[in-house]
Amino acid sequence: MKIVVCVKQVPDTNEVRIDPVKGTLIRDGVPSILNPDDANALEAALELKDLYEDVAVEVLTMGPPQAAYMLRECLAMGADHAYLLSDRAFGGADTCATSTTLAAGIRKIQDVDLVFAGRQAIDGDTAQVGPQTASRLGLPVVTYVQDIRLEEDGIIAERNMEDGCEIIRVRRPCLLTVIKELNEPRYMTTWGIVDAFKQEITVWNHEDVGLDAADCGLSASPTQVLRSFTPPAKGKGERLQGTPREIAETLVSRLHEKHLI
Amino acid sequence: SPEKKAADVSAYRGVWVFAEQRDNEIQSVVFELLGEGRKLADELETELCAVLCGCGIREQAEELIACGADKVYVADHEILKHYRTESYSRVIFEAIERYKPEVVLLGATHIGRDLGPCLAVKAGTGLTADCTKLEIDRENRRLQQTRPAFGGNLMATIICPSHRPQMSTVRPGVMQKSVRDGGRTGALIDLPITFTEDEIPTKILDIIKSVGEKVSLTDAKIIVAGGMGLGSAEGFKLLKELADRLGGVVASSRACVDAGWIAPSYQVGQTGTTVKPAVYIACGISGAIQHLAGMQNSDYIIAINKNENAPIFEVADYGIVGDLYRVIPELMEALG
Ligand SMILES: Cc1cc2nc3c(=O)[nH]c(=O)nc-3n(C[C@H](O)[C@H](O)[C@H](O)COP(=O)(O)OP(=O)(O)OC[C@H]3O[C@@H](n4cnc5c(N)ncnc54)[C@H](O)[C@@H]3O)c2cc1C
Ligand SMILES: Cc1cc2nc3c(=O)[nH]c(=O)nc-3n(C[C@H](O)[C@H](O)[C@H](O)COP(=O)(O)OP(=O)(O)OC[C@H]3O[C@@H](n4cnc5c(N)ncnc54)[C@H](O)[C@@H]3O)c2cc1C
Repeated sequence: MKIVVCVKQVPDTNEVRIDPVKGTLIRDGVPSILNPDDANALEAALELKDLYEDVAVEVLTMGPPQAAYMLRECLAMGADHAYLLSDRAFGGADTCATSTTLAAGIRKIQDVDLVFAGRQAIDGDTAQVGPQTASRLGLPVVTYVQDIRLEEDGIIAERNMEDGCEIIRVRRPCLLTVIKELNEPRYMTTWGIVDAFKQEITVWNHEDVGLDAADCGLSASPTQVLRSFTPPAKGKGERLQGTPREIAETLVSRLHEKHLI
Repeated sequence: SPEKKAADVSAYRGVWVFAEQRDNEIQSVVFELLGEGRKLADELETELCAVLCGCGIREQAEELIACGADKVYVADHEILKHYRTESYSRVIFEAIERYKPEVVLLGATHIGRDLGPCLAVKAGTGLTADCTKLEIDRENRRLQQTRPAFGGNLMATIICPSHRPQMSTVRPGVMQKSVRDGGRTGALIDLPITFTEDEIPTKILDIIKSVGEKVSLTDAKIIVAGGMGLGSAEGFKLLKELADRLGGVVASSRACVDAGWIAPSYQVGQTGTTVKPAVYIACGISGAIQHLAGMQNSDYIIAINKNENAPIFEVADYGIVGDLYRVIPELMEALG
């Protein structure tokens, strides 16, 4: 069984700071990491590999050449092979264009039985690429997966809902997007790390995956970022002073004045 | 060719709202979408339509009309009883092809964020995720869609200039609900089902509703939220007492959910619920950007924190530096 895991290299948004003067995002020195949900996606694939014979786990990313570093981390965790879709033509892609490129990569990998993606990347935050890639491949999709069980020709997936969950039976091949509740990602092993640096990473450009440059990246993106800005900071409020008793009384009277309670 | 595109764009009119239902109950985000959609439709001088899919849901169309829809497209069929990606996206995509809406809005729920991306690919258009603000540029009828990214550190305004429909998922709890008017009238249009059960690759075997009380953070007027500063799960009992006293509900930061102190449905923030109550009392919450993303639009924010430099104070209208276990009992005392 061949499993493809879509992984994205993202800036660690916990470390992102705002330039207080220019009001822009400071990305310099911010570490790049494997997107957290994608670590869960990879773990899910690796667990199937642990459980069943003849499972191959392939990791796939679209990104700049430096994304190879993250792919080696995935190899060190236990993935069998890594593919990097890298081409200037892929730059500036929105989720529609990203999913076109990823779908072309998955087609080229061939005979894929199962595709995993994270629910959401912590930079773009859209949660759209998984379901859109499935749509382009004509694969059934289950999103927000928190538990899975393999069956003969399908999967039983538990899909998280805000008010509970659904147990869904889906045909294979299919694509699943996973959430962190699914599992606890494993660490890289020392041997894995040593091995990972010996392995070849397959790099493909748009021609390799049979796409026209016009079908990739910015030129194939229906959405455009008109402007971006940092959220306006709220003005500093009032610091209530005094003993806890005095503070409590002031607060209650303020709330009464404003008819809030 | 660009001319063909331009002609295509002008063929699209009308603002559509996906009327998400679960167990035949229209979800509250739909009324927020109708409120916002009504404004957009008026600005575009076009009609507001709702798309309602399910089984035995026809009667609900009246309610959508009362809440602002001029037309309701209804797909009422056994195969649509529960939301499934393939069945819902097919019916709605076929309707988009036929009736050509200019704008399509969906709630950014676990259902909307599954349906929206698949619909956008089918329709060959863009989709903006999790919007918190929508505006029309009257000059060119473009929908300007503003959304947070990078964990709430950055806001981006996104347009979809040359493809139609312009599609957005909209974060629940952000837009103003429409005002109900029982006297409104509107039209009902049936959508055909052009496929059979065999063509749908998924089956729902079971639906499990989370046990325990249902929390409706989005509708709450007063929220008393707790963070790691509570020290233990026990702390939520004190918050519950305060919330009960104020007629409010309890909520939580993600750290407490991760610690297993409280169920995930109580989580406020970027990966939890967005709330906009009249009063939000943050007790022992540091104010991480991901938490702020879910509550900073509350009318009045009160922060109780031991650390005077906690970022929560940056967004607080009333800041209290102190131990929540000393302040909250005094507060309940002062409330009488
Ligand atoms: C501020 C800002 C706002 C944006 N808003 C939008 C928007 O509203 N609509 C829109 O269409 N685009 C938007 N984009 C563009 C979008 O971020 C990119 O298209 C990005 O390549 C993929 O989207 P995402 O990060 O949201 O991924 P998500 O859809 O959140 O990712 C889900 C999963 O898809 C897989 N995946 C995603 N990207 C890759 C990749 N490159 N390689 C391999 N697997 C991948 C991973 O498994 C990941 O966990 C925005 C970009 C910015 C900077
Ligand atoms: C991708 C991603 C998504 C996330 N999404 C969310 C989200 O949706 N919601 C969310 O909340 N978080 C989210 N987080 C986590 C977030 O970054 C923070 O880790 C979390 O909000 C911290 O929770 P906290 O404020 O309860 O805990 P802490 O940061 O540990 O803060 C505890 C605070 O309590 C104060 N304190 C301690 N004792 C007392 C006392 N006796 N009296 C008064 N004050 C006291 C301390 O001074 C401190 O400020 C997300 C993180 C990531 C990476």
